[in-house]
Amino acid sequence: MLAFTLRRAIQAVGVMIAVGIIAFSMFRFAGDPVNQMVSIDTSGAERAAIRQSLGLDDPVIVQFGRYVANAAQFKFGISYQFRLPVTNLLMERMPATLELAICATIFAMVGGILMGVYSALRRDSLLAHAFQAVSLIGISLPTFLIGILLIYLFSVTLGWLPSFGRGEVVRIGWWTTGLLTLSGLKALIMPSITLGLFQLTLIMRLVRAEMLEVMRTDYIRFARARGLTTRAIHFGHALRNTLIPVITVAGLQFGSVIAFAIITETVFQWPGMGLLFVQAVQNVDIPIMAAYLMMVSLIFVTINLVVDILYTIVDPRLRSTVSRAH
Amino acid sequence: MTETVLSVRNLQVEFASRRGTLRAIDGVSFDIAKGEVLGVVGESGAGKSVTGLSVIGLIDPPGGISGGEIHLAGTRIDNLPPEEMRRVRGKRIGMIFQDPLTSLNPLYKIGDQIVETIRTHLNLSEQAARRRAIDLLAEVGIPAPEKRIDGYPHEFSGGMRQRVVIALAICAEPELIIADEPTTALDVSVQAQIISLIKRLGRDHGTAVMLVTHDMGVIAETSDRVAVMYAGRVAEIGPVQDVVKNPLHPYAKGLMGAIPTLAGEDKRLVQIPGSMPRLSAIPRGCSFNPRCAFAFDRCRVDRPEPLVQGAQSVACHLYDSVPAESAA
Repeated sequence: MLAFTLRRAIQAVGVMIAVGIIAFSMFRFAGDPVNQMVSIDTSGAERAAIRQSLGLDDPVIVQFGRYVANAAQFKFGISYQFRLPVTNLLMERMPATLELAICATIFAMVGGILMGVYSALRRDSLLAHAFQAVSLIGISLPTFLIGILLIYLFSVTLGWLPSFGRGEVVRIGWWTTGLLTLSGLKALIMPSITLGLFQLTLIMRLVRAEMLEVMRTDYIRFARARGLTTRAIHFGHALRNTLIPVITVAGLQFGSVIAFAIITETVFQWPGMGLLFVQAVQNVDIPIMAAYLMMVSLIFVTINLVVDILYTIVDPRLRSTVSRAH
Repeated sequence: MTETVLSVRNLQVEFASRRGTLRAIDGVSFDIAKGEVLGVVGESGAGKSVTGLSVIGLIDPPGGISGGEIHLAGTRIDNLPPEEMRRVRGKRIGMIFQDPLTSLNPLYKIGDQIVETIRTHLNLSEQAARRRAIDLLAEVGIPAPEKRIDGYPHEFSGGMRQRVVIALAICAEPELIIADEPTTALDVSVQAQIISLIKRLGRDHGTAVMLVTHDMGVIAETSDRVAVMYAGRVAEIGPVQDVVKNPLHPYAKGLMGAIPTLAGEDKRLVQIPGSMPRLSAIPRGCSFNPRCAFAFDRCRVDRPEPLVQGAQSVACHLYDSVPAESAA
């Protein structure tokens, strides 16, 4: 078990180094950063001095080593546009994105599992067909369109919910939360739905398909032959077996939720990392872009690792093969 | 011994399909007495498993019982509401399926699955149910049951898993056990152990056993009586020695002729020509007539009803005292 975890952790470090190479090479392909910092009338000598002070004269490999060493300590340099350390900028924005992503995922998981189980067990009911139809919309409509439609309905027409921003936030240490104020919670509703809708439909379809599959297995037939109650069969036996792939997908999707937050954050002007990234792209602010890439990859890799470990907890078969194999 | 546990009368099972209704079971009748083992043999698709599933009420839509009656110890069970039928399953009828590797939920300890079943049917505390589960595991021959009870299904071999499945089937002291090909998925050496276990349990508890298999060897070894099924009907039923040594129905004769023996090594095995008809194309009259060497005109028109011949009962016109000419 420990060896397995360790092995996965080493693999994760390998992935992060590969991402580091890509992030680092962004600096080299996006032109001379010194040109971005100085004005037109800066002399060549001054430019050389800046270049030297930034270490841009060193061999590529030395620069890369320095970049990775700094990145490992969460130092990503200074933003070109804000003239502030990138790490501070990202940390300031991260709570907003994480709160949004977590709320969206909870919404997607709870809704998706409930709807999926219902439409698997009551396959021919009207509501199950309605869920299927809604899920088709959720899968095929682009995120930004759903966001704009929601704003049009609930902000512009009905005036119930704010159309942009996070509302009032409360500061707890370095973390800012919108979960403790009414305006913060209201502001969270539409972005969460927008961001989570795609995942919700995905999870719902997955749960439905898996559940139907599991209901056909021999152990469910045997459970029925043992005279267990329908409730015990559906929720004790079938659902637990269904949840294994669902955990994987939902876990892996959490990374994409954070990545997709870019669009939702733009639509709702949500002050998170995604919005920061979009602004950075517009202004060719490479340190922010590179740092964002590293952060999102780190989140992805961490989630993958956690999902792998969770897997072994849920499925006893993996536990023993894992310990036997190592 | 004469107390009847299961009585099936004129059972009909139909499956609705796009091309009309298919009759999988057509007029099957048999009884099983207390402590008796009834073997049910036949080719794949003869309706053996469907018969077993309809007794325990697990025929899934689009299939369903369309006629006949099933009585368990005097009570009619084929028309019970689903919730009452659920209480019969596992409590009064235990079932053993073919593949022990897939019969157990892989995510639960076997002890939890046994305790769950015991507590569904018997009013026992968690600890009492666990003690009973350990006793059951010991009874079905699992070594160190107090340790193995906390094992997961994948930690058991196929034969051991089938023992666990049997423990689950008998955990509420059922009056009837339906074993649907219980040894087909197992090694030959393990098969014998499982068969003798089922036989011993039936004897010790006075349980009636319906043993569905296509293995005549298993039947000869275990059963008191045997029913030979063909195309959804019982061709012949009777005491196992009689049917094996002196089969009456031409199909049963063919089936017994196809059993290899070590003694008659030089003899070629007898084959039954052709194959069983599909459900959608069952011939008129006797369903066996196109493959039967003794078929005459009446067999192609008239469906044979079971005729008593000593201890045996056979559905074949050859044994009808009414001459074929007069019937035609």
